[in-house]
Amino acid sequence: MAAESVDISQAMVTAPATLGDWLVVAPVAIPIVFGAILLMVRHETRLHAGLAIAGLVATLAANAGLLSRVLSDGPQVMTMGRWLPPFGISFTADALGASLALVATLVAVVCALYAMKDIGATGRRYGFYPFMLLMMAGVGGSFLTGDVFNLYVWFEVFLISSFGLLILGSSHRQLDGATKYAILNLVGTTLFLTATAFLYGTFGTLNMADIARKVDALRETGPLMTLTVLYLLAFGMKAAAFPLNFWLPASYHTPSIVTAALFGGVLTKVGVYALLRVLVMLFPLERAVLSDLIAWVAAGTMIIGIMGALAQSDIRRVLGFVVISGVGVMMAGIALGTEQGLTGTVLYAFHSILVMTALYLLAGVMNELGGSYSLHELSGLYRRYPLLAAFALLLVLAVAGLPPASGLWPKVLLVRASLDAGLPWLSFAILLTGLLTTVAMGRVFILTIWRQKADAAPDGAAPAHPTIGYAALAVLSLPVLLLGLYPEPFIRVAEASATGLLDASAYVGAVFPTEVRP
Amino acid sequence: MEVALSVFVGIFFAVAIYLMLSKHIIRILLGVSIFGNAVNLTIFTVGRVVREVPPIIPEALQTPDTITANPLPQALILTAIVISFSIFAFLLVLAFRTYQELGTDDTDGMRVAEPEGEPLPPLGY
Repeated sequence: MAAESVDISQAMVTAPATLGDWLVVAPVAIPIVFGAILLMVRHETRLHAGLAIAGLVATLAANAGLLSRVLSDGPQVMTMGRWLPPFGISFTADALGASLALVATLVAVVCALYAMKDIGATGRRYGFYPFMLLMMAGVGGSFLTGDVFNLYVWFEVFLISSFGLLILGSSHRQLDGATKYAILNLVGTTLFLTATAFLYGTFGTLNMADIARKVDALRETGPLMTLTVLYLLAFGMKAAAFPLNFWLPASYHTPSIVTAALFGGVLTKVGVYALLRVLVMLFPLERAVLSDLIAWVAAGTMIIGIMGALAQSDIRRVLGFVVISGVGVMMAGIALGTEQGLTGTVLYAFHSILVMTALYLLAGVMNELGGSYSLHELSGLYRRYPLLAAFALLLVLAVAGLPPASGLWPKVLLVRASLDAGLPWLSFAILLTGLLTTVAMGRVFILTIWRQKADAAPDGAAPAHPTIGYAALAVLSLPVLLLGLYPEPFIRVAEASATGLLDASAYVGAVFPTEVRP
Repeated sequence: MEVALSVFVGIFFAVAIYLMLSKHIIRILLGVSIFGNAVNLTIFTVGRVVREVPPIIPEALQTPDTITANPLPQALILTAIVISFSIFAFLLVLAFRTYQELGTDDTDGMRVAEPEGEPLPPLGY
């Protein structure tokens, strides 16, 4: 056999994968396995919640282990099929991907907990939990993959699962919202694929580390500016940046509240992550050329988003617009491209994932107790549910960027960074957004918690005890408060993410160790 | 060959975008379908079109001795076809259900989730 004479060490990884290497794929593999098990036991609806929570907690543990490894030893790589990169698909976990995956999984655990109450036997029968686990697999894959085409595949994985979650229940509003969500998101990901096609034609590779080390050589000849603009368009659409944000307020208020919480917390942040990864790490000089455009888009997104929130009377629709406005604040850091600005963006992404999910769940608890999502009808919750009022106050302060909650520090970093970059109008836009958010969310707080309607029902009936709702809010409020009171560890992780994006040498070195570099 | 295919891809994109600008869901879906095929053809074209030489390395060599066909675009296109096909199937069912339930496929008439003339939030209490 001639095959025996071939030295495969030139093409394949010959050393066995260590246990630590498996940690890189575990955050994706675990939810897929549990999703498959849940599909197999789909008739046993009473098993679903326990299995799903167990699977997500295992994913959370894997993510925590991965993040601690990444922070101590630098980016971790595992290449599929043992092919040497760039021939195999690499999973590359750096501080940015691992930390976002950890926070996203945390809110998914909380949502799975809250869904025990919110999703009835019918919803479980039609596959709420399998969809949720597969969506988290897609989200985890997007955060951890080191290959652009693979990123597209993970986008589609979480997108198609999100269609399933969005449509569950098939009410008229859901059908209407899902039609717009599905079509516009499909167009967005197809644009992403178009950009990836041209990227492949230009570079001949799809491995992000390989692109990062080849980009300087191709800057004179390749159409990199075109690629960057296409990616900005595609990911901007996924992140719901103005003027590509119209699918979000059309759909996020239609599904069950726990689905909305998961979407509002996690999905737009995947778009922001992809913008960071591609625009900041792969095409830094092209991003610098576009920085004025991105800054205007950022300012437009935050101001127009929060203006939309001011005009709504359904809490879920208010929150949909607040999500958009948060995306604008994160894009401000991408426009600046400085270390401080990117640290602010990453920190804001942590904050936004936690707080937006918590606010949607808060709306769910309010609906459970007050029987409505409308600001015209909800009232007087403080008198009967003081604990709910405490959670609401903390979360309103957090989303408005006021101390002692989590929104303060990322905004401080971003305002400071935009002043340092000589863009005072951008810091003014961030502060104005903070003020308008305080008005919009403060009004929600005043009307639902403090207002005592004259025609309100007498306090006769015994107050309800939303145990699961309070537990979910408590789990999310803890990191929100911690991020506000003791931000150093969070800032350190965000800083490590930002430096990893600005100087990709550690990322490239992890995928291509020096001994095999040509 | 690349030039002819590029023109072809351009026509596909133009038709897709024209159809997606329509107000009717069914036309938008046809546009989305053509859009997906335009992208697949783009991947095929940017992967360089060469003669049908299989990428097999002769026994005595470490690398192929002639220019062979590029197998990677085909793998990419196959993945993209599977994904876009499955999502298109889902969208067709979704659009049909929406048409059944809402009685229209005109996006101007689909205002259930975002009704017109909603009242402003309370301005005081």
